[in-house]
Amino acid sequence: MSILVYAEHDNSALKADTLKTVAAAQQIGGDITILVAGYNCQSVAEKAAKVNGVTKVIVADNLAYEHQLAENISLLVTELAADYHVVMATALTTGKNFMPRVAALLDVAQISDITAVVSADTFVRPIYAGNAIATVESLDTKKVITVRSTGFDAVATDGSAEITMLEHVKDAGISSHVSDELTVSKRPDLGAASVVISGGRGMQNGDNFKLLDGIADKLGAAIGASRAAVDAGFVPNDMQVGQTGKIVAPDLYIAVGISGAIQHLAGMKDSKVIVAINKDPEAPIFQVADYGLVADLFEALPELENAL
Amino acid sequence: MKVLVPIKRVIDYNVKVRVKPDNSNVDLANVKMAINPFCEIAVEEAVRLKEAGTATEVIAISIGNKSCQEQLRTALALGADRAIHIDTELTLDALNIAKLLQKFVEEEQPQLVILGKQSIDSDNNQTGQMLAALTGLSQGTFASEVKVAGDKINVTREVDAGLQTVALNLPAIVTTDLRLNEPRYASLPNIMKAKRKPLVVKLAADFGIDLTPRTNLLKVTPPKERQAGIIVESIDELVEKLRNEAKVIS
Repeated sequence: MSILVYAEHDNSALKADTLKTVAAAQQIGGDITILVAGYNCQSVAEKAAKVNGVTKVIVADNLAYEHQLAENISLLVTELAADYHVVMATALTTGKNFMPRVAALLDVAQISDITAVVSADTFVRPIYAGNAIATVESLDTKKVITVRSTGFDAVATDGSAEITMLEHVKDAGISSHVSDELTVSKRPDLGAASVVISGGRGMQNGDNFKLLDGIADKLGAAIGASRAAVDAGFVPNDMQVGQTGKIVAPDLYIAVGISGAIQHLAGMKDSKVIVAINKDPEAPIFQVADYGLVADLFEALPELENAL
Repeated sequence: MKVLVPIKRVIDYNVKVRVKPDNSNVDLANVKMAINPFCEIAVEEAVRLKEAGTATEVIAISIGNKSCQEQLRTALALGADRAIHIDTELTLDALNIAKLLQKFVEEEQPQLVILGKQSIDSDNNQTGQMLAALTGLSQGTFASEVKVAGDKINVTREVDAGLQTVALNLPAIVTTDLRLNEPRYASLPNIMKAKRKPLVVKLAADFGIDLTPRTNLLKVTPPKERQAGIIVESIDELVEKLRNEAKVIS
Protein backbone atom coordinates (compact mmCIF):
# COMPACT_ATOMS: atom_id res chain seq x y z
CA MET A 1 0.00 0.00 0.00
CA SER A 2 1.29 3.48 -0.83
CA ILE A 3 -0.21 6.63 0.65
CA LEU A 4 0.09 10.25 -0.46
CA VAL A 5 -0.54 12.82 2.29
CA TYR A 6 -1.11 16.45 1.33
CA ALA A 7 0.73 18.85 3.65
CA GLU A 8 -1.35 21.63 5.17
CA HIS A 9 0.79 24.78 5.32
CA ASP A 10 1.04 28.50 4.60
CA ASN A 11 4.31 28.39 2.61
CA SER A 12 6.33 28.97 5.78
CA ALA A 13 5.12 26.58 8.47
CA LEU A 14 3.81 23.03 8.35
CA LYS A 15 0.52 22.84 10.24
CA ALA A 16 0.56 20.47 13.20
CA ASP A 17 -2.65 18.89 11.86
CA THR A 18 -0.59 17.24 9.12
CA LEU A 19 1.19 15.22 11.83
CA LYS A 20 -2.20 13.85 12.84
CA THR A 21 -3.16 13.06 9.26
CA VAL A 22 0.10 11.12 8.96
CA ALA A 23 -0.92 9.23 12.12
CA ALA A 24 -4.16 8.26 10.36
CA ALA A 25 -2.13 7.18 7.31
CA GLN A 26 0.04 4.99 9.54
CA GLN A 27 -3.07 3.30 10.87
CA ILE A 28 -4.08 2.42 7.32
CA GLY A 29 -0.52 1.20 6.90
CA GLY A 30 1.89 1.55 3.99
CA ASP A 31 4.61 3.63 2.44
CA ILE A 32 3.84 7.30 3.19
CA THR A 33 4.81 10.22 0.95
CA ILE A 34 4.06 13.85 1.82
CA LEU A 35 3.30 16.33 -0.94
CA VAL A 36 4.19 19.95 -0.24
CA ALA A 37 2.60 22.19 -2.87
CA GLY A 38 3.15 25.92 -2.58
CA TYR A 39 5.50 28.72 -3.48
CA ASN A 40 8.80 29.40 -1.71
CA CYS A 41 7.85 26.58 0.59
CA GLN A 42 11.26 25.00 1.11
CA SER A 43 11.07 25.42 4.88
CA VAL A 44 7.81 23.47 4.91
CA ALA A 45 9.47 20.70 2.91
CA GLU A 46 12.29 20.49 5.44
CA LYS A 47 9.79 20.18 8.29
CA ALA A 48 7.83 17.58 6.36
CA ALA A 49 10.98 15.52 5.86
CA LYS A 50 11.30 15.19 9.64
CA VAL A 51 7.80 13.76 10.12
CA ASN A 52 8.05 10.22 11.47
CA GLY A 53 6.92 7.36 9.29
CA VAL A 54 7.34 9.31 6.06
CA THR A 55 9.72 7.92 3.45
CA LYS A 56 9.54 10.63 0.81
CA VAL A 57 8.61 14.29 0.45
CA ILE A 58 7.58 15.61 -2.96
CA VAL A 59 7.86 19.37 -3.34
CA ALA A 60 5.88 21.23 -6.01
CA ASP A 61 7.23 24.76 -5.59
CA ASN A 62 5.72 27.13 -8.12
CA LEU A 63 3.84 30.43 -8.33
CA ALA A 64 0.81 28.50 -9.62
CA TYR A 65 0.53 26.81 -6.22
CA GLU A 66 1.17 29.88 -4.04
CA HIS A 67 -2.42 30.18 -2.81
CA GLN A 68 -3.20 26.49 -3.24
CA LEU A 69 -6.11 27.20 -5.59
CA ALA A 70 -8.31 24.12 -5.86
CA GLU A 71 -8.33 24.18 -9.68
CA ASN A 72 -4.52 23.89 -9.88
CA ILE A 73 -3.83 21.72 -6.85
CA SER A 74 -6.45 19.15 -7.83
CA LEU A 75 -4.78 18.66 -11.23
CA LEU A 76 -1.41 18.15 -9.56
CA VAL A 77 -2.70 15.74 -6.92
CA THR A 78 -4.80 13.80 -9.43
CA GLU A 79 -1.76 13.24 -11.61
CA LEU A 80 0.42 12.13 -8.70
CA ALA A 81 -2.39 9.89 -7.41
CA ALA A 82 -1.68 7.43 -10.23
CA ASP A 83 1.18 6.05 -8.13
CA TYR A 84 -0.73 5.73 -4.84
CA HIS A 85 -3.50 3.60 -3.40
CA VAL A 86 -4.66 6.25 -0.94
CA VAL A 87 -4.67 10.05 -1.12
CA MET A 88 -5.20 11.86 2.18
CA ALA A 89 -5.52 15.46 3.32
CA THR A 90 -6.48 17.17 6.55
CA ALA A 91 -10.14 18.23 6.68
CA LEU A 92 -9.29 21.92 7.00
CA THR A 93 -10.34 24.56 4.51
CA THR A 94 -7.58 23.77 1.97
CA GLY A 95 -8.12 20.02 1.93
CA LYS A 96 -11.91 20.38 2.01
CA ASN A 97 -11.64 22.70 -0.97
CA PHE A 98 -9.61 20.66 -3.43
CA MET A 99 -9.94 17.00 -2.38
CA PRO A 100 -13.48 16.36 -3.72
CA ARG A 101 -12.18 17.67 -7.07
CA VAL A 102 -9.44 15.05 -6.95
CA ALA A 103 -11.96 12.32 -6.08
CA ALA A 104 -14.22 13.31 -8.98
CA LEU A 105 -11.31 13.46 -11.43
CA LEU A 106 -10.25 9.98 -10.28
CA ASP A 107 -13.89 8.83 -10.48
CA VAL A 108 -13.98 7.64 -6.87
CA ALA A 109 -16.06 8.59 -3.83
CA GLN A 110 -14.43 10.65 -1.10
CA ILE A 111 -14.61 9.62 2.54
CA SER A 112 -14.77 12.94 4.40
CA ASP A 113 -13.69 13.82 7.92
CA ILE A 114 -12.66 10.42 9.23
CA THR A 115 -12.08 10.23 12.99
CA ALA A 116 -10.90 6.60 13.16
CA VAL A 117 -9.47 3.89 10.91
CA VAL A 118 -11.14 0.48 11.28
CA SER A 119 -9.24 -1.19 8.45
CA ALA A 120 -7.65 -0.20 5.14
CA ASP A 121 -11.08 0.29 3.58
CA THR A 122 -13.36 1.00 6.55
CA PHE A 123 -13.51 4.28 8.42
CA VAL A 124 -15.46 6.04 11.14
CA ARG A 125 -16.87 9.51 10.53
CA PRO A 126 -19.36 11.74 12.33
CA ILE A 127 -22.60 12.61 10.54
CA TYR A 128 -25.49 14.89 11.52
CA ALA A 129 -23.06 17.30 13.23
CA GLY A 130 -21.66 14.52 15.38
CA ASN A 131 -25.08 13.42 16.62
CA ALA A 132 -24.51 10.07 14.93
CA ILE A 133 -21.33 8.17 14.12
CA ALA A 134 -21.15 6.26 10.85
CA THR A 135 -18.87 3.36 9.98
CA VAL A 136 -18.34 3.45 6.22
CA GLU A 137 -16.70 1.00 3.87
CA SER A 138 -15.14 2.40 0.70
CA LEU A 139 -15.75 0.17 -2.33
CA ASP A 140 -13.34 2.04 -4.61
CA THR A 141 -9.88 0.58 -5.20
CA LYS A 142 -8.29 4.01 -4.94
CA LYS A 143 -9.25 5.93 -1.80
CA VAL A 144 -9.58 9.67 -1.33
CA ILE A 145 -9.86 10.56 2.34
CA THR A 146 -9.95 13.72 4.44
CA VAL A 147 -9.00 13.42 8.08
CA ARG A 148 -10.48 15.23 11.05
CA SER A 149 -7.29 15.77 12.98
CA THR A 150 -8.95 15.77 16.42
CA GLY A 151 -9.40 12.01 16.05
CA PHE A 152 -5.66 11.25 15.90
CA ASP A 153 -2.53 11.89 17.96
CA ALA A 154 0.32 13.68 16.20
CA VAL A 155 3.33 11.61 15.16
CA ALA A 156 6.81 12.70 16.28
CA THR A 157 9.15 14.74 14.12
CA ASP A 158 12.55 13.11 14.35
CA GLY A 159 12.51 11.30 11.02
CA SER A 160 14.47 12.02 7.86
CA ALA A 161 12.74 11.49 4.56
CA GLU A 162 14.21 12.07 1.13
CA ILE A 163 13.08 15.31 -0.60
CA THR A 164 12.37 15.35 -4.36
CA MET A 165 11.49 18.43 -6.35
CA LEU A 166 8.76 18.27 -8.95
CA GLU A 167 9.53 20.37 -11.99
CA HIS A 168 6.48 20.43 -14.22
CA VAL A 169 3.50 22.60 -13.34
CA LYS A 170 -0.26 22.25 -13.51
CA ASP A 171 -2.09 25.53 -13.99
CA ALA A 172 -5.77 25.32 -14.92
CA GLY A 173 -5.80 29.06 -15.66
CA ILE A 174 -9.46 29.54 -14.70
CA SER A 175 -9.08 31.16 -11.29
CA SER A 176 -6.77 33.58 -9.56
CA HIS A 177 -6.08 34.88 -6.11
CA VAL A 178 -7.18 38.45 -5.35
CA SER A 179 -6.53 39.12 -1.68
CA ASP A 180 -6.35 37.73 1.81
CA GLU A 181 -7.78 39.24 4.93
CA LEU A 182 -6.08 37.13 7.54
CA THR A 183 -6.49 37.39 11.25
CA VAL A 184 -3.11 38.12 12.78
CA SER A 185 -2.70 36.68 16.22
CA LYS A 186 0.26 35.92 18.42
CA ARG A 187 -1.77 33.20 20.08
CA PRO A 188 -1.67 29.56 19.02
CA ASP A 189 -4.01 28.29 16.31
CA LEU A 190 -7.41 27.18 17.54
CA GLY A 191 -6.85 23.78 15.97
CA ALA A 192 -3.40 23.30 17.49
CA ALA A 193 -3.76 24.83 20.97
CA SER A 194 -3.74 22.54 24.00
CA VAL A 195 -5.94 25.03 25.86
CA VAL A 196 -8.89 26.91 24.33
CA ILE A 197 -10.99 29.54 26.07
CA SER A 198 -14.17 30.56 24.24
CA GLY A 199 -16.74 33.26 24.84
CA GLY A 200 -20.40 33.21 23.93
CA ARG A 201 -23.36 35.53 23.79
CA GLY A 202 -22.93 36.07 27.55
CA MET A 203 -19.84 38.18 26.78
CA GLN A 204 -22.34 40.89 25.68
CA ASN A 205 -20.00 42.65 23.25
CA GLY A 206 -16.70 42.35 21.40
CA ASP A 207 -14.83 44.58 23.84
CA ASN A 208 -15.53 42.21 26.70
CA PHE A 209 -13.56 39.48 24.90
CA LYS A 210 -10.52 41.34 26.24
CA LEU A 211 -11.40 39.75 29.58
CA LEU A 212 -10.25 36.46 28.07
CA ASP A 213 -6.86 37.84 26.96
CA GLY A 214 -5.08 37.74 30.30
CA ILE A 215 -6.25 34.21 31.02
CA ALA A 216 -5.27 33.07 27.53
CA ASP A 217 -1.81 34.63 28.03
CA LYS A 218 -1.27 32.77 31.28
CA LEU A 219 -2.46 29.43 29.88
CA GLY A 220 -0.94 29.77 26.41
CA ALA A 221 -4.48 29.35 25.13
CA ALA A 222 -6.21 30.11 21.86
CA ILE A 223 -9.39 32.20 22.04
CA GLY A 224 -12.57 30.95 20.41
CA ALA A 225 -16.22 31.93 20.29
CA SER A 226 -19.65 30.41 19.86
CA ARG A 227 -21.70 30.97 16.73
CA ALA A 228 -24.04 33.18 18.76
CA ALA A 229 -21.12 35.50 19.57
CA VAL A 230 -20.02 35.53 15.93
CA ASP A 231 -23.54 36.12 14.60
CA ALA A 232 -23.96 38.97 17.09
CA GLY A 233 -20.85 40.56 15.54
CA PHE A 234 -18.71 40.40 18.71
CA VAL A 235 -15.79 38.66 16.97
CA PRO A 236 -14.84 37.45 13.46
CA ASN A 237 -16.00 34.09 12.13
CA ASP A 238 -12.54 32.54 12.07
CA MET A 239 -12.83 32.34 15.86
CA GLN A 240 -15.96 30.23 15.70
CA VAL A 241 -15.92 26.82 17.36
CA GLY A 242 -18.76 24.53 16.33
CA GLN A 243 -20.39 22.52 13.58
CA THR A 244 -20.14 25.43 11.19
CA GLY A 245 -16.81 26.66 12.53
CA LYS A 246 -13.68 24.95 13.76
CA ILE A 247 -13.63 21.58 15.44
CA VAL A 248 -11.28 21.44 18.39
CA ALA A 249 -10.30 18.84 20.97
CA PRO A 250 -7.77 20.48 23.31
CA ASP A 251 -6.66 19.14 26.69
CA LEU A 252 -8.64 21.93 28.35
CA TYR A 253 -11.63 23.79 26.94
CA ILE A 254 -13.09 26.67 28.93
CA ALA A 255 -16.56 27.81 27.81
CA VAL A 256 -17.50 31.22 29.15
CA GLY A 257 -21.03 32.59 28.79
CA ILE A 258 -21.85 29.84 26.30
CA SER A 259 -25.19 28.10 26.72
CA GLY A 260 -24.12 24.92 24.91
CA ALA A 261 -26.24 24.67 21.76
CA ILE A 262 -25.84 21.34 19.88
CA GLN A 263 -24.07 23.18 17.11
CA HIS A 264 -21.40 24.44 19.54
CA LEU A 265 -21.02 21.08 21.29
CA ALA A 266 -20.35 19.49 17.89
CA GLY A 267 -17.16 21.55 17.74
CA MET A 268 -15.70 20.89 21.18
CA LYS A 269 -17.20 17.90 22.95
CA ASP A 270 -14.17 15.72 22.29
CA SER A 271 -12.02 18.02 24.44
CA LYS A 272 -10.32 16.12 27.27
CA VAL A 273 -11.46 18.42 30.09
CA ILE A 274 -14.31 20.89 29.72
CA VAL A 275 -14.92 23.80 32.08
CA ALA A 276 -18.11 25.86 31.89
CA ILE A 277 -18.66 29.23 33.47
CA ASN A 278 -22.24 30.44 33.11
CA LYS A 279 -24.64 32.31 35.34
CA ASP A 280 -27.59 30.14 34.27
CA PRO A 281 -27.46 26.88 36.26
CA GLU A 282 -29.82 25.30 33.69
CA ALA A 283 -27.51 25.96 30.72
CA PRO A 284 -26.99 22.71 28.72
CA ILE A 285 -23.25 23.30 28.65
CA PHE A 286 -23.12 22.03 32.28
CA GLN A 287 -24.28 18.61 31.07
CA VAL A 288 -21.04 18.08 29.18
CA ALA A 289 -18.70 20.01 31.49
CA ASP A 290 -16.32 18.21 33.83
CA TYR A 291 -16.21 21.29 36.02
CA GLY A 292 -19.01 23.82 36.11
CA LEU A 293 -19.08 27.15 37.88
CA VAL A 294 -22.36 29.02 38.18
CA ALA A 295 -21.21 32.61 38.31
CA ASP A 296 -21.36 36.00 36.66
CA LEU A 297 -18.52 35.90 34.15
CA PHE A 298 -17.67 39.56 34.73
CA GLU A 299 -16.71 38.66 38.30
CA ALA A 300 -15.36 35.18 37.61
CA LEU A 301 -12.96 36.06 34.77
CA PRO A 302 -10.82 38.65 36.61
CA GLU A 303 -10.74 36.29 39.56
CA LEU A 304 -9.63 33.40 37.37
CA GLU A 305 -6.89 35.51 35.80
CA ASN A 306 -5.55 36.37 39.26
CA ALA A 307 -5.73 32.80 40.49
CA LEU A 308 -3.60 31.41 37.66
CA MET B 1 -27.27 35.08 -16.74
CA LYS B 2 -28.85 31.78 -15.81
CA VAL B 3 -28.28 30.46 -12.28
CA LEU B 4 -28.71 26.80 -11.35
CA VAL B 5 -29.30 26.01 -7.67
CA PRO B 6 -29.13 22.34 -6.63
CA ILE B 7 -30.89 21.79 -3.30
CA LYS B 8 -31.27 18.88 -0.87
CA ARG B 9 -34.08 17.69 1.37
CA VAL B 10 -32.73 16.93 4.84
CA ILE B 11 -33.91 16.54 8.41
CA ASP B 12 -35.00 19.90 9.86
CA TYR B 13 -32.06 21.41 11.74
CA ASN B 14 -34.15 21.81 14.89
CA VAL B 15 -34.93 18.10 15.14
CA LYS B 16 -32.90 15.97 17.51
CA VAL B 17 -31.41 13.10 15.55
CA ARG B 18 -32.04 9.55 16.81
CA VAL B 19 -30.20 6.44 15.73
CA LYS B 20 -32.35 3.38 14.86
CA PRO B 21 -32.19 0.60 17.46
CA ASP B 22 -30.69 -1.79 14.88
CA ASN B 23 -27.88 0.72 14.15
CA SER B 24 -28.63 0.65 10.43
CA ASN B 25 -29.02 4.43 10.11
CA VAL B 26 -30.68 7.39 11.79
CA ASP B 27 -34.44 7.22 12.17
CA LEU B 28 -36.16 9.53 9.68
CA ALA B 29 -39.68 8.11 10.09
CA ASN B 30 -42.20 10.84 10.97
CA VAL B 31 -39.42 13.40 11.31
CA LYS B 32 -39.84 16.96 10.08
CA MET B 33 -37.86 17.49 6.88
CA ALA B 34 -36.74 20.77 5.34
CA ILE B 35 -34.51 22.37 2.74
CA ASN B 36 -30.87 22.07 3.83
CA PRO B 37 -29.95 25.43 5.47
CA PHE B 38 -26.91 25.99 3.25
CA CYS B 39 -29.06 25.26 0.17
CA GLU B 40 -31.60 27.82 1.36
CA ILE B 41 -28.80 30.39 1.47
CA ALA B 42 -27.90 29.35 -2.10
CA VAL B 43 -31.47 29.95 -3.29
CA GLU B 44 -31.54 33.33 -1.53
CA GLU B 45 -28.27 34.41 -3.16
CA ALA B 46 -29.50 33.41 -6.61
CA VAL B 47 -32.77 35.29 -6.09
CA ARG B 48 -30.87 38.37 -4.91
CA LEU B 49 -28.73 38.22 -8.06
CA LYS B 50 -31.94 38.18 -10.07
CA GLU B 51 -33.41 41.08 -8.11
CA ALA B 52 -30.20 43.02 -8.72
CA GLY B 53 -30.58 42.43 -12.46
CA THR B 54 -27.48 40.24 -12.69
CA ALA B 55 -29.30 36.94 -13.08
CA THR B 56 -32.11 36.45 -15.58
CA GLU B 57 -33.41 33.07 -14.49
CA VAL B 58 -33.08 30.94 -11.35
CA ILE B 59 -33.55 27.18 -11.73
CA ALA B 60 -33.81 24.96 -8.65
CA ILE B 61 -32.96 21.28 -9.00
CA SER B 62 -33.20 18.42 -6.53
CA ILE B 63 -32.40 14.72 -6.66
CA GLY B 64 -34.34 12.23 -4.57
CA ASN B 65 -37.73 10.62 -4.25
CA LYS B 66 -41.01 12.43 -4.84
CA SER B 67 -40.97 14.11 -1.43
CA CYS B 68 -38.15 16.47 -2.44
CA GLN B 69 -40.70 18.30 -4.60
CA GLU B 70 -41.78 19.93 -1.33
CA GLN B 71 -38.37 21.57 -1.04
CA LEU B 72 -38.43 22.54 -4.71
CA ARG B 73 -41.76 24.30 -4.06
CA THR B 74 -40.08 26.09 -1.15
CA ALA B 75 -37.33 27.25 -3.52
CA LEU B 76 -39.98 28.43 -5.99
CA ALA B 77 -41.75 30.31 -3.19
CA LEU B 78 -38.46 31.98 -2.29
CA GLY B 79 -38.17 33.25 -5.86
CA ALA B 80 -36.79 30.54 -8.13
CA ASP B 81 -38.42 30.63 -11.58
CA ARG B 82 -38.69 26.93 -12.31
CA ALA B 83 -37.72 23.59 -10.84
CA ILE B 84 -36.39 20.23 -11.95
CA HIS B 85 -36.91 17.08 -9.92
CA ILE B 86 -34.65 14.12 -10.71
CA ASP B 87 -36.56 11.19 -9.37
CA THR B 88 -34.79 8.25 -7.73
CA GLU B 89 -35.40 6.01 -4.74
CA LEU B 90 -31.67 5.32 -4.43
CA THR B 91 -29.44 6.92 -1.81
CA LEU B 92 -26.69 8.40 -3.93
CA ASP B 93 -23.07 9.21 -3.10
CA ALA B 94 -22.02 12.81 -3.73
CA LEU B 95 -20.10 11.68 -6.82
CA ASN B 96 -23.23 10.26 -8.45
CA ILE B 97 -25.21 13.37 -7.49
CA ALA B 98 -22.49 15.48 -9.13
CA LYS B 99 -22.63 13.31 -12.28
CA LEU B 100 -26.38 13.83 -12.59
CA LEU B 101 -26.00 17.58 -12.00
CA GLN B 102 -23.26 17.67 -14.64
CA LYS B 103 -25.89 16.63 -17.23
CA PHE B 104 -27.99 19.66 -16.34
CA VAL B 105 -25.06 22.04 -16.38
CA GLU B 106 -24.36 20.79 -19.91
CA GLU B 107 -28.01 21.05 -20.92
CA GLU B 108 -28.94 24.36 -19.28
CA GLN B 109 -25.53 26.06 -19.67
CA PRO B 110 -25.87 28.23 -16.54
CA GLN B 111 -23.26 30.91 -15.98
CA LEU B 112 -23.35 30.21 -12.28
CA VAL B 113 -24.19 27.22 -10.11
CA ILE B 114 -24.74 27.99 -6.43
CA LEU B 115 -24.92 25.14 -3.92
CA GLY B 116 -24.75 24.73 -0.15
CA LYS B 117 -21.23 23.94 1.07
CA GLN B 118 -22.52 20.81 2.77
CA SER B 119 -25.71 19.11 3.82
CA ILE B 120 -26.41 18.84 7.53
CA ASP B 121 -27.14 15.11 7.31
CA SER B 122 -24.12 13.49 5.66
CA ASP B 123 -21.79 16.47 6.35
CA ASN B 124 -19.70 15.49 3.33
CA ASN B 125 -18.83 18.85 1.80
CA GLN B 126 -18.18 17.36 -1.65
CA THR B 127 -20.92 17.92 -4.25
CA GLY B 128 -20.00 21.45 -5.37
CA GLN B 129 -16.32 20.68 -5.79
CA MET B 130 -17.05 17.40 -7.59
CA LEU B 131 -19.44 19.14 -9.96
CA ALA B 132 -16.78 21.77 -10.63
CA ALA B 133 -14.23 19.06 -11.44
CA LEU B 134 -16.57 17.12 -13.73
CA THR B 135 -17.59 20.23 -15.65
CA GLY B 136 -14.05 21.64 -15.65
CA LEU B 137 -15.28 24.86 -14.05
CA SER B 138 -13.70 27.08 -11.42
CA GLN B 139 -14.98 27.00 -7.87
CA GLY B 140 -15.45 29.39 -4.95
CA THR B 141 -16.26 27.32 -1.88
CA PHE B 142 -17.42 28.55 1.56
CA ALA B 143 -18.49 31.88 0.09
CA SER B 144 -19.35 34.79 2.35
CA GLU B 145 -19.59 37.32 -0.49
CA VAL B 146 -19.99 37.10 -4.27
CA LYS B 147 -19.63 39.91 -6.79
CA VAL B 148 -20.17 39.39 -10.49
CA ALA B 149 -17.96 41.66 -12.61
CA GLY B 150 -18.11 41.15 -16.37
CA ASP B 151 -16.96 37.66 -17.30
CA LYS B 152 -15.58 37.01 -13.83
CA ILE B 153 -16.97 36.54 -10.36
CA ASN B 154 -15.14 37.53 -7.20
CA VAL B 155 -15.82 35.19 -4.33
CA THR B 156 -14.76 35.92 -0.76
CA ARG B 157 -14.22 32.63 1.03
CA GLU B 158 -14.21 31.78 4.72
CA VAL B 159 -10.92 29.98 5.30
CA ASP B 160 -9.22 28.82 8.50
CA ALA B 161 -7.02 31.88 8.77
CA GLY B 162 -9.67 34.48 7.89
CA LEU B 163 -11.00 35.52 4.50
CA GLN B 164 -9.64 34.85 1.03
CA THR B 165 -10.93 36.45 -2.16
CA VAL B 166 -10.53 34.67 -5.48
CA ALA B 167 -11.50 35.73 -9.01
CA LEU B 168 -13.14 33.00 -11.06
CA ASN B 169 -13.76 32.82 -14.79
CA LEU B 170 -17.47 32.39 -15.53
CA PRO B 171 -19.17 29.98 -15.71
CA ALA B 172 -18.31 29.04 -12.14
CA ILE B 173 -19.48 27.00 -9.17
CA VAL B 174 -20.04 28.69 -5.80
CA THR B 175 -20.76 26.96 -2.49
CA THR B 176 -22.33 28.94 0.31
CA ASP B 177 -21.25 29.51 3.88
CA LEU B 178 -23.54 30.79 6.61
CA ARG B 179 -22.64 34.45 6.40
CA LEU B 180 -23.36 34.87 2.70
CA ASN B 181 -26.88 36.13 3.44
CA GLU B 182 -29.89 35.69 5.67
CA PRO B 183 -32.64 33.94 3.70
CA ARG B 184 -36.06 35.57 3.56
CA TYR B 185 -39.27 33.91 4.65
CA ALA B 186 -41.60 32.91 1.86
CA SER B 187 -44.73 35.05 1.93
CA LEU B 188 -48.14 33.41 1.65
CA PRO B 189 -48.87 34.95 -1.79
CA ASN B 190 -45.49 33.67 -3.00
CA ILE B 191 -46.20 30.21 -1.62
CA MET B 192 -49.48 30.22 -3.57
CA LYS B 193 -47.76 31.51 -6.71
CA ALA B 194 -45.08 28.81 -6.39
CA LYS B 195 -47.71 26.13 -6.89
CA ARG B 196 -48.23 27.35 -10.43
CA LYS B 197 -44.56 27.65 -11.36
CA PRO B 198 -43.20 24.91 -13.66
CA LEU B 199 -41.75 21.79 -12.05
CA VAL B 200 -40.40 19.15 -14.42
CA VAL B 201 -39.79 15.57 -13.31
CA LYS B 202 -37.09 13.40 -14.88
CA LEU B 203 -35.94 9.91 -13.96
CA ALA B 204 -32.37 9.52 -12.69
CA ALA B 205 -32.26 6.11 -14.35
CA ASP B 206 -32.74 7.71 -17.79
CA PHE B 207 -29.36 9.46 -17.91
CA GLY B 208 -27.19 6.44 -18.60
CA ILE B 209 -25.06 7.08 -15.54
CA ASP B 210 -23.85 4.13 -13.48
CA LEU B 211 -25.37 4.97 -10.09
CA THR B 212 -23.88 2.01 -8.22
CA PRO B 213 -22.94 3.09 -4.68
CA ARG B 214 -19.22 3.57 -4.06
CA THR B 215 -19.56 3.31 -0.31
CA ASN B 216 -21.29 0.94 2.03
CA LEU B 217 -22.77 2.22 5.29
CA LEU B 218 -21.94 -0.57 7.74
CA LYS B 219 -23.48 0.90 10.87
CA VAL B 220 -24.58 4.10 12.59
CA THR B 221 -24.25 4.48 16.33
CA PRO B 222 -25.06 7.26 18.78
CA PRO B 223 -22.04 9.32 19.85
CA LYS B 224 -20.34 8.57 23.12
CA GLU B 225 -22.24 10.56 25.72
CA ARG B 226 -20.21 12.81 27.96
CA GLN B 227 -21.13 12.55 31.60
CA ALA B 228 -21.84 15.77 33.47
CA GLY B 229 -19.07 16.43 35.97
CA ILE B 230 -19.26 18.43 39.15
CA ILE B 231 -20.29 21.96 40.03
CA VAL B 232 -17.55 23.84 41.83
CA GLU B 233 -18.35 26.64 44.24
CA SER B 234 -15.57 29.08 43.51
CA ILE B 235 -12.75 30.02 41.17
CA ASP B 236 -10.27 28.83 43.81
CA GLU B 237 -11.86 25.41 43.89
CA LEU B 238 -11.92 25.32 40.06
CA VAL B 239 -8.23 26.17 39.76
CA GLU B 240 -7.35 23.65 42.49
CA LYS B 241 -9.26 20.89 40.61
CA LEU B 242 -7.68 21.77 37.27
CA ARG B 243 -4.22 21.69 38.84
CA ASN B 244 -4.42 18.65 41.08
CA GLU B 245 -7.28 16.49 39.84
CA ALA B 246 -7.44 17.02 36.05
CA LYS B 247 -3.75 18.09 35.92
CA VAL B 248 -4.36 20.20 32.81
CA ILE B 249 -2.74 23.39 34.13
CA SER B 250 0.42 23.89 36.11
